[in-house]
Amino acid sequence: MSVSRFLPDFAPISPFSRLSESGILDSGASPMSDEAVIEALRYMMLTRVFDDKATSMQRQGRFGTFSSVRGQEASVVGAATALDPTKDWIVPQYREFPALIRHGYPIENFALYFMGNPKGGTIPPEVNMLPMQISLAAQIPQATGLAWGLKMQGGDGVVITFFGDGASSEGDFHESLNLAGIMKAPVIFFLQNNGWAISTPRENQTAARSFAERALGYGVEGVIVDGNDLLAVHEVTTQAVAKARAGGGPTLIESVTYRTGAHNTADDPTRYVDQQELEKWQQKDPVERIKNYLRSRGIWNETLEQEMLDSCAAQIDTAMEIARNTPLATSNAIFDHVYAEPPQRMLDQKSDWAHRNGGA
Amino acid sequence: MIEAIRECLGQEMEADKRVVVIGEDVGVLGGVFRATDGLQARFGKERVVDMPLAEGVIVGSGIGLAMSGLRPVIELQFLGFGHQAFHQIGQQVARLRYRSQGRHSLPLVIRSPFGGGVRTPELHSDAFEAFYTHTPGLKVVAPATAYDAKGLLAAAMESDDPVLYLEPLKGYRLTKDEVPDERYTVPLGKLRVARAGTDVTLIAWSAAVNVAERAAEELFEQGISVEVLDLRSLNPLDIEGITESVVKTGRVAILHEAPLTGGFGSELIATIQQECFYNLEAPIIRITAPDTPYPLGGVEDLYIPDVDRVVAEVAALVKASA
Ligand SMILES: Cc1ncc(C[n+]2csc(CCOP(=O)(O)OP(=O)(O)O)c2C)c(N)n1
Ligand SMILES: [Mg+2]
Repeated sequence: MSVSRFLPDFAPISPFSRLSESGILDSGASPMSDEAVIEALRYMMLTRVFDDKATSMQRQGRFGTFSSVRGQEASVVGAATALDPTKDWIVPQYREFPALIRHGYPIENFALYFMGNPKGGTIPPEVNMLPMQISLAAQIPQATGLAWGLKMQGGDGVVITFFGDGASSEGDFHESLNLAGIMKAPVIFFLQNNGWAISTPRENQTAARSFAERALGYGVEGVIVDGNDLLAVHEVTTQAVAKARAGGGPTLIESVTYRTGAHNTADDPTRYVDQQELEKWQQKDPVERIKNYLRSRGIWNETLEQEMLDSCAAQIDTAMEIARNTPLATSNAIFDHVYAEPPQRMLDQKSDWAHRNGGA
Repeated sequence: MIEAIRECLGQEMEADKRVVVIGEDVGVLGGVFRATDGLQARFGKERVVDMPLAEGVIVGSGIGLAMSGLRPVIELQFLGFGHQAFHQIGQQVARLRYRSQGRHSLPLVIRSPFGGGVRTPELHSDAFEAFYTHTPGLKVVAPATAYDAKGLLAAAMESDDPVLYLEPLKGYRLTKDEVPDERYTVPLGKLRVARAGTDVTLIAWSAAVNVAERAAEELFEQGISVEVLDLRSLNPLDIEGITESVVKTGRVAILHEAPLTGGFGSELIATIQQECFYNLEAPIIRITAPDTPYPLGGVEDLYIPDVDRVVAEVAALVKASA
């Protein structure tokens, strides 16, 4: 009898894709209607406009440190558009602006959060999402429990959790995949492999050839997809959602993309990013790619693009105006919402604080 | 201060081949605050290692590296993410010597910036020192000046006990006192009298020392003479140094950024009342953050005790017992 050996496999794999780099669809049917693609493109453009605006405000000291989505727009939007906001949940990291906005989180709240105003944390009651997570991977066990709980209570909602290649090195990721596999929890682990965790390259996170194949060790299905291809991301996520809804359990999706901007506004990537590699990925811009696809379908032109840009800019300006006009909280914002039933000791501190800082 | 830390790391690595630096982004980038800038270029990728993003394995493997004969210096990017490694720090690092009945030493230093005031994103800024002072077996130091940053780090690296070395996020670039080029140590467990005074002892550490000193200056104008103690080291604690000051002044105010309840201030009060009860002329006061989570950056100035608050509370203390 021979020994069963599970050796790492290094045969090349290529991420699933539907569009060529120039935006030409393969011979199959599109997984998205033209209207759905245009709607998705609008979320991608909205993200660009927001990122540019927030970055320039940050430079002027009117916005906090934040991480742009640049380069990863198709990855985030392709995943988000596979969800039904009325019953599916998003458990985010911090680099998923368009997914949260599509799910119903107000842009002004997103902005307020990064302006450092506690009001930004407010999630409207009808929006199925957990707060953004800064502590890497901490959201992944929570997403797993949420999905498990939804299933236990007989609902057909599914949960998607976003995280990065870096976060996937944390124990929380591995423990969650293991549990989700055992419980057949309806959760999609959406790993955005953008090549970097601040300055740490993907090679320092795993010796495996892909992140997706780690799923195997936990009895979970893994998928690897071209994260700059909106149609492909949408298609594999839609499949994973359908499977989870039908009781088929979790999926780990590795979306292979690239962070073409800085890690965040405090980062200087020129210290560590290889310029040639960056340029190579800039050529694969996900927004250009989907526009080319629409052009190839004969339904995109300069006028439509300008109209879309203008409407995105107007939407972002309005939200930023609201955010800017929201007064920075009083000291009460430090004490409110800490407990359902606050201890008297803390309430005493609250009145001391209000008194000292000129009343609530 | 950041330069002092960097210089110390470089000198120690130069002097002792067993010193290795591991952490997130410590290599090419030189750390998000540049504390390790240039070290990888000088000492190579084997000794300055960009680790996978997992604090648990960073600290846990650091234990193993130390047991293999190396002297690891671990950078935790922010103390807020010490939680992810707490099972290794609290349960393992702190008690390896005891559990092996002295067989294993743990010459390990964990460096980590902590505290607020620089508008970091959420969950980065808590002052969690009390978690660690409540962890027997682990030494905890928290320099306030660049001079001490260099000397205490060298002492921590020399020590055969594990040391948590806390760096003030706020003081990183602000603090610019003179630092000698040559190697020196500042002993663990000796406080520094940052300013001599006679009416009241104001105890602080790390970034709060600067706030205390500025408050003392203002209080001086008001005719109140404040002695500012910079603890430098929370464990070991310089009880003698504290007692000496309290016996002289008879009044004590403790300033820390961490929340009130269960903060290290509580421990100081318990100790001081035991050592100097009959020298006290007034109840000891604490000037701290409230018992709430560290808020988002936009309101952190309301959370962290500032100079005005320290001046008002210390003045009230002195007046009430004059
Ligand atoms: C537990 C934890 N450790 C460290 C950090 C500091 N940090 C913030 S973002 C980041 C890199 C994250 O990389 P990745 O998960 O790939 O996400 P990306 O930023 O690339 O989207 C690090 C180390 C953190 N936020 N949380
Ligand atoms: Mg990444």
